[in-house]
Amino acid sequence: MNAKNLISITDFSKEEYLRIMDLAADFEANPDQRLLDGKVVATLFFEPSTRTRLSFETAINRLGGEIIGFTDSSSSSVTKGETLHDTIKMVSNYADLIVMRHPLEGSARYASEVSNVPVINAGDGANQHPTQTLLDLYSIVKTQGSLNDINLFMVGDLKYGRTVHSLLMAMSHFENPIFNFIAPPELAMPNEYKLYLRSKGMRYFEHTEFTDIINEADIIYMTRVQKERFPDPVDYEKVKNVYILRNKMLKHTKDNMRILHPLPRVNEIHTDVDSNPKAYYFDQARNGVYTRMAIIAHLLNLK
Amino acid sequence: MKKQLNVSAIKQGTVIDHIPSTALFKVISILKLDHCKDMVTFGNNLDSKVMDGKAIIKVENRFFKDKEINKIALVAPHAKLNTIKDYEVVGKYVVEIPDEIQDIARCFNPKCITNHENIDTYFEVISKSPVALKCRYCEKITHQDQMEIK
Repeated sequence: MNAKNLISITDFSKEEYLRIMDLAADFEANPDQRLLDGKVVATLFFEPSTRTRLSFETAINRLGGEIIGFTDSSSSSVTKGETLHDTIKMVSNYADLIVMRHPLEGSARYASEVSNVPVINAGDGANQHPTQTLLDLYSIVKTQGSLNDINLFMVGDLKYGRTVHSLLMAMSHFENPIFNFIAPPELAMPNEYKLYLRSKGMRYFEHTEFTDIINEADIIYMTRVQKERFPDPVDYEKVKNVYILRNKMLKHTKDNMRILHPLPRVNEIHTDVDSNPKAYYFDQARNGVYTRMAIIAHLLNLK
Repeated sequence: MKKQLNVSAIKQGTVIDHIPSTALFKVISILKLDHCKDMVTFGNNLDSKVMDGKAIIKVENRFFKDKEINKIALVAPHAKLNTIKDYEVVGKYVVEIPDEIQDIARCFNPKCITNHENIDTYFEVISKSPVALKCRYCEKITHQDQMEIK
């Protein structure tokens, strides 16, 4: 299988990240480019993910492609006991590209080995969601003008949050990032990522609160702190309000600072932040369409 | 005192020595000796000065390639091979954990696709001592104490 796939954020080089950023900007400036005319894209969602699916389907529609697929495994042959291997073999005979969401980790890598056409991982369990990371990078470059010299605050569940892990890996390709990890001890950034940054000589700082230091941030990347992650509910009660971003906290933050969130949010960003020009999470979601258009065009050599 | 062999000598082939007793049948399975047409003799729970019970396997007329024999390194890290020709030892070899492990160990991650479909497992060996294997599919790391042989 010689097809180029996007399974893990580490599959792309720094040069490819930059190419995706350029292509995304091009699609944002001119979104109706019928590059997928006459092509079929399969969106195989073995578990529901409405936001990601709609974002991909919008990108495919904008590019003029046809969509086949299913929105959860109950409407596919999986209910009849078909293996992932057979589903992918079959669909790769029909489509020019496969976009796959699957609850099992590693399923996307396996699909890419079985498929005759490129595969884009739209999330495989708690493992990877690389298109989210690329749209995060695009949001950073759009708001900061560069991916270099970014002071990045990551807040919330840093232990299980795959988006923060992938973003950390991607940002480590660029010059002089500073990482500030803000999390309760139960949800602290895993050691392997801290060791990785140390091995690359990159700076990171760990905090349990961020009110005092928020003014240094260029990007605040919020994630959900989920109650079910805590072995003891009392521990959750202690921290739950510490990680709620409120509008009054943003008063002295830098003008260029922007707030990102992979969404959906629950209560970690108060709705009074929404009207602040520094709130960027809904724009970030829109950037996802252009970024996914760029990824598709890149993998299929359409641009 | 005359030395007595617990397992009869072979004229030519390979002797795999210093296999942990608990790993004997795994080694047989990994090297597919259960399907071997040549004569295979083995002894288990033999006395050893360096191990707490060892096993030995003698395979007539078989000479293993390094890549083939290194497969057993996960279950028998101290195994030694003697190549025999005309009842004489003509070569000695110690197994080494390879850089990649194919379809010998299971991924410890219950949510890994390899534990749900009939797929060969592939691991990159990121540490040889203690052993740590990175799954090609789910990218999780299986440590020595979590390792299960397929």
